[in-house]
Amino acid sequence: MAHEHKLAIFRGLVKFKSNTQKIWGVLIFLTIVTIIEVVLGIIKPESLMSNVLGMKALNWIFIILTIVKAYYITWDFMHMRDEVKALRRMVVWTAIFLILYLIFILLQEGGYVFDVYKSGYIKRDF
Amino acid sequence: MSTTVVNTGTEGKTWGGGNKPLNASYGKMMMWFFIVSDALTFSGFLAAYGFSRFKFIDSWPIADEVFTHFPFLHGVNAPMYYVAFMTFVLIMSSVTMVLAVDAGHHLNKAKVTLYMFLTIIGGLIFVGSQAWEWGTFIKGDYGAVQTKGGNILQFVDTEGHRVALRDFVVSDSHNERTQHERKGGLWFVSEGALPTYTIEEVAHGLEAHNNVLVRTQIINEEGEKTVLSRAESLKQIKENGKIVVEGANLHVNEYGSPLFADFFFFITGFHGFHVFSGVIINIIIFFNVILGTYERRKNYEMVEKVGLYWHFVDLVWVFVFTFFYLV
Repeated sequence: MAHEHKLAIFRGLVKFKSNTQKIWGVLIFLTIVTIIEVVLGIIKPESLMSNVLGMKALNWIFIILTIVKAYYITWDFMHMRDEVKALRRMVVWTAIFLILYLIFILLQEGGYVFDVYKSGYIKRDF
Repeated sequence: MSTTVVNTGTEGKTWGGGNKPLNASYGKMMMWFFIVSDALTFSGFLAAYGFSRFKFIDSWPIADEVFTHFPFLHGVNAPMYYVAFMTFVLIMSSVTMVLAVDAGHHLNKAKVTLYMFLTIIGGLIFVGSQAWEWGTFIKGDYGAVQTKGGNILQFVDTEGHRVALRDFVVSDSHNERTQHERKGGLWFVSEGALPTYTIEEVAHGLEAHNNVLVRTQIINEEGEKTVLSRAESLKQIKENGKIVVEGANLHVNEYGSPLFADFFFFITGFHGFHVFSGVIINIIIFFNVILGTYERRKNYEMVEKVGLYWHFVDLVWVFVFTFFYLV
């Protein structure tokens, strides 16, 4: 049972001595990210309320931080970092492609329905 | 059986079998593929939530006005702290899980046992917290009035702080109607618990209190819910108010659009179900560890497989947390 673990995260910026140490390091990182999210969610800085690409800048930050967290959970807790490239791509690319496709269709449609109610001739609000 | 072909002549070649291009055991690979399909199920739910939200983008409830409670702290406005705590508990139990997997690689039975136990405890704390969260959400806090068109009207004072129905509405014991039950009259119809107040009592209460205003669902340019003027408030309640809503269920929701409650119950419920089944599976594996099953096998891969599932549950929560509570 030779289990080789890749012990460097942040593209080799931080290297750990053992797998256990890496786990604690990733936990600290995830905790910091969560704290940043919660603090931003509570104070909601005025400067981040502007609209960027159809959404508030703050919401984009939340989404990006979430993907960062997801990356480290998958790569280090689920040991995706240690799997072969073929398995990694099979799992990650398939899911990402289908999810992006689904999100695009549903959000596009939702925005369209909103516009129909707002500027069309349908009234649902009394 | 002497005619059976045992040699195909392809041994050692790429398609000759015995090759492991993915370098993962069958069980582990299948767990990954299950996780992909489960991830698609969850993204289907979350994307449907996004659809409904984009459809009602100007009137969707604001999450940190909905989830403001913390256990044992009554009347304290603590938006998000409890969910942040829950997130941390789940990440922490993910860490103990990965430590159990690591100890398994070193065939250290005592450590695997300890870390599996801690993982189970973390999972139970999380499920319990979610139950509490549901309870608080269902019970509600302030109460609201639903209009004929299905919109929610909430009450605020002149400074914009929320006012609960119990603070300004007086229940008139003379017109109290009892809840219809199947045993009293029509056996084939029944109804849920009646709200504490009738719509007329709310209208009287509003007339009697000059400092109470109505807040609609519509989000204004500052990203806050619109507050109506005093005259407008009275008009809305009297002309459009239809039922009094306290708390949330699948039909009505005092926090805003009923769809918000539906998705809340459905998505966090489905996730909670995953956590629950994860805890059950962890308990089974925990006992196998104690009994020494994997010790005898000289292989703790089962711990690794349930570990994958458990991390996935954590992963999903990270997304639910963002899309339900933050964005």
